[in-house]
Amino acid sequence: MDDLGNLQETWVYLSASPLFHLTLTLLAFQAASWLFEKGGRNPLLNPVLGAVVLVVAVLLVTGTDYATYFEGAQFVHFLLGPATVSLAVPLYRQWRLVRRSALAITVSLLCGSLTAILTALGVAWLTGGSAEVLASLAPKSVTAPVAMAIAEELGGVPSLTAVLVIVTGILGAMIGPMVLNIAGVRDWSARGLAIGTASHGIGTARALQVNETAGAFAGLAMGLNALATALLLPILWGLLF
Amino acid sequence: MLGSLTLIFLCQLVGELVAGALALPVPGPVLGMVLLFVILMLRRAVPEGLGQAAGGLQKAMSLLFVPAGTGVMLHFRLLGEAALPLGLGLLVSTVVTIAVTGLLMAWLSRGKADG
Repeated sequence: MDDLGNLQETWVYLSASPLFHLTLTLLAFQAASWLFEKGGRNPLLNPVLGAVVLVVAVLLVTGTDYATYFEGAQFVHFLLGPATVSLAVPLYRQWRLVRRSALAITVSLLCGSLTAILTALGVAWLTGGSAEVLASLAPKSVTAPVAMAIAEELGGVPSLTAVLVIVTGILGAMIGPMVLNIAGVRDWSARGLAIGTASHGIGTARALQVNETAGAFAGLAMGLNALATALLLPILWGLLF
Repeated sequence: MLGSLTLIFLCQLVGELVAGALALPVPGPVLGMVLLFVILMLRRAVPEGLGQAAGGLQKAMSLLFVPAGTGVMLHFRLLGEAALPLGLGLLVSTVVTIAVTGLLMAWLSRGKADG
């Protein structure tokens, strides 16, 4: 009985400490990565998706709210900023290649950015999405902080946008390579640019694992699309609605 | 390695300050990436420690999205109500965007790719 009491006390102490949810995040990701490798790197076993499913399951079972979880997980979340800055390194290493196709990059990126916005808005509007849903969905292809700021400006729900951004990233990492194979796009710079434009940092992280050229172009596309969408989307929104 | 991490953090900090002060539509870390890139162009080489630090951060990059993704638990109701427009919108838009951008880039840069 005393032992049980101690265990209970320890649990209460641990579950309130940042260490617990930080470790949970790391363990869930390790488990999901292990499954991804075991499954022959099948894109459908995407480790980000697997880890999120595991963490959400644990939080629901233990009755933990997101704010408590985030007190621990924020230490992982925080590193997104430095990781984004560090993308300057592959970009610098691939700069000769990037500079040589500057015009192709600019045109492809602008068309990709517009496609991402207009197809999302078009499909969601045709299937009966409310104005709030449309505004939350429209910036989903750009990196989370920019997407959330745009959604707020358009009258969407920023925290919903954050989730849609992550889902877009996972989706792009999962099906992007297949789509590019079917389309017959083999060039690494084009593959990277496409994944980075459509699915920001998660796509970039995946591209970096496969090929450095693809990773550099994906990181570049992520940065440029954040800028393009921040400038274009509010104007388009004003014209459409 | 420690000096390189300091440099990365410093670039982000300057990026955040500039983005905030000028109310730019670009996030601080993206400006920090531009700043670090400019520094590398001026130095004309990637210091070994910086290459290691960047490689380490990028290897762990997928993990870093898990806390934000877990935020899905805040929106189960809204996601359920708007499942069709959100789900179909995300799927169609992601597939079409990847195909359009990839095909266009491959077509516009054809002939240069193998150089």
